[in-house]
Amino acid sequence: MADGPLRSNLPPLELHVPEPRSRPGDPVDFSDVIVPAAGSMARPDEAVSPHDMRDLSFGLVRVLDDDHKAVGAWDPRLPAETLLKMLRTMALTRAFDERLYRAQRQGKTSFYMKCTGEEATSVAAAAAMQGDDMVFPSYRQQGILMWRGYALTEMINQIYSNRGDKLKGRQLPIMYSVPELSFFTISGNLATQYPQAVGWAMASAIKGDTRIASCWCGEGSTAEGDFHSAMTFASVYNAPTILNVVNNQWAISSFSGFAGAERTTFAARAIGYGIAGLRVDGNDALAVYAATQWAAERARSNKGPTLIEHFTYRAEGHSTSDDPSAYRSAQESAEWPLGDPIHRLKQHVIGLGIWDDERHAAMDLELAEMVKAATKQAEKNGVLGHGMHQPFETMFEDVFEELPWHLQEQMAQALEERAAKWPK
Amino acid sequence: MNMIEAINSAMHVMMERDPDVVVMGEDVGYFGGVFRCTAGLQAKFGKTRVFDTPISECGIVGVAVGMGAYGLRPVPEIQFADYIYPGIDQLISEAARLRYRSAGEFIAPITVRSPFGGGIFGGQTHSQSPESLFTHVAGLKTVIPSTPYDAKGLLISAIEDNDPVIFFEPKRIYNGPFTGYYDRPVEPWSKHAAADVPTGHYRIPLGKANIVRAGEALTILAYGTMVHVAKAVVEANGVDAEVIDLRTLLPLDIETIEASVKKTGRCLIVHEATRTSGFGAELSALVQERCFYHLEAPVERVTGFDTPYPHSLEWAYFPGPIRIGRAIAKIMKD
Repeated sequence: MADGPLRSNLPPLELHVPEPRSRPGDPVDFSDVIVPAAGSMARPDEAVSPHDMRDLSFGLVRVLDDDHKAVGAWDPRLPAETLLKMLRTMALTRAFDERLYRAQRQGKTSFYMKCTGEEATSVAAAAAMQGDDMVFPSYRQQGILMWRGYALTEMINQIYSNRGDKLKGRQLPIMYSVPELSFFTISGNLATQYPQAVGWAMASAIKGDTRIASCWCGEGSTAEGDFHSAMTFASVYNAPTILNVVNNQWAISSFSGFAGAERTTFAARAIGYGIAGLRVDGNDALAVYAATQWAAERARSNKGPTLIEHFTYRAEGHSTSDDPSAYRSAQESAEWPLGDPIHRLKQHVIGLGIWDDERHAAMDLELAEMVKAATKQAEKNGVLGHGMHQPFETMFEDVFEELPWHLQEQMAQALEERAAKWPK
Repeated sequence: MNMIEAINSAMHVMMERDPDVVVMGEDVGYFGGVFRCTAGLQAKFGKTRVFDTPISECGIVGVAVGMGAYGLRPVPEIQFADYIYPGIDQLISEAARLRYRSAGEFIAPITVRSPFGGGIFGGQTHSQSPESLFTHVAGLKTVIPSTPYDAKGLLISAIEDNDPVIFFEPKRIYNGPFTGYYDRPVEPWSKHAAADVPTGHYRIPLGKANIVRAGEALTILAYGTMVHVAKAVVEANGVDAEVIDLRTLLPLDIETIEASVKKTGRCLIVHEATRTSGFGAELSALVQERCFYHLEAPVERVTGFDTPYPHSLEWAYFPGPIRIGRAIAKIMKD
């Protein structure tokens, strides 16, 4: 025994393993979710020191009140045109998700990921940025492409990995890459886009450009080393970056407690790095817009990076390969205290007198038809596994800029195998 | 120039020619790098093009990938190859695959420089040779020079290359060609022709090996420090061996290897890295596949042992003249 004070009368040490608030069959209790009144958070100047805005990392920036009216200092006071475009784009995102989810269930592709309930965290954020600001998305930001006007058929070609897929059928469905819309190629390895976004923003600053970078990850991914490396670099070099954490409460079946949510907020991760941290109601499109606009202005005027936690809820499974009914209460989604982002924005614009239920219903029909038409168009290029894919030699392209000898040999081998398997 | 000055000169030349080349890494700025490879660059090109970084290899490589996607040509330094592991996901999952996964829309034209290899009493954390971790990855190029002249020409090619390149610098020979006789003084590079390095721009293409010594009886494949060790053993033992410095492991110059082994009928592979699944295994398989009917003896490998690099027993670990000499004797007996 080592020398030391006697401790035989101490209870044994205990390991804490987090448990979510409810499991399948349990009643839902969201009483621990503190929802401050809309308009109650102060809005500091964009040049504020991170030390003087700590409250914003622990509170919740909300603009839409319980009656769907925009209130308080964070109200971005958007013109009707922008509000309606945001509403339409969020509705389009949902219509797209619905249709492509069904396409996966019909066996037309291997996989799909919906962003139901999280539409505001991409659409409203994109709306508050310039179109040529570079985005480094995760896998639930399809709304950015919708906002930036990407052709739905191109997206579906990618999801089907068909002969029209400009990524040559190499990427998992929904892992888009659209440089012409400043949309970075998506990685399946989590949070790797975080340091890359900071590096892109540093490069923009090195070259005296005016464009900023923005990246997204889920709350679960904040546990990755890349997140912390990126925060360090963003802080050290004052990189013009917006770092978004979409806290949708669930990382597949692990609740946010396994990323540390029991101890502090994700926005408060910013404090240790001396970065501005904002925690916003992610189901409030106006709050997301306002926070992003604030962070973009801050970044663009060399005042520094901002970490934004979008407090939201993943209303569907993680992906088509997931079964949320196996690990969480079925009622959670319906009882989520911050409501549905599309419903809230819809009620807001109706309240303003610039929209009504009839127009909304007509729009939903129109968007569903639009997605259906795009799907039919894309299906002419094939669906996954039906042979209408890129020429198979493309498998060997783009590993390097030029094909080295060993890949030339392997391509020749593949051609021989093909000739043997399917003789003309 | 010694190898450090040659590497410095390559970055100097490239930074002058291309305003998109930036140099970054721990201690590379004001101080000029712990091995002085980046000395003077910050004073000349300013601190937004040559800057120190946090101690975060994941950050260094990840940020470089983002800079490359923007359109810069970053040349990040990892202070020792032993520290590359925290950055390895950004190298193998991101840098290596960016071009492929985006069908050529985004590229990562980065050159990751890192001193590697043993023989400097660096213990297990300053001596490793992790090259085969990278040659196993589709999409990365791996370059290892063995002389100042080659180091500059290869580094310029690497920086100009549009693919991500791992550039391992054999730190044992930064100041002079180490012949494996650890109890003898190292002759500085200035006494060797390879120290005659032009100050301007020149390239040595990636994927071209160098026959450093022609011979008829045996082919020795080596890279980095081991080129000099192998050459010294051959000369000391009077063996008519052809010594090939591979220079780049990927892309590999298979033509030169194949022609040489078909001529000599014997092949010895020498590297410092641990033996199992080392790059020697790949070379041995290639030679066997392509030259089997020309071989007069089994292909032999001389490597480090499959242990971490031991500090006090470094010279027992290092694949030096005795181990190489015995292997040559064995292969020539058949």
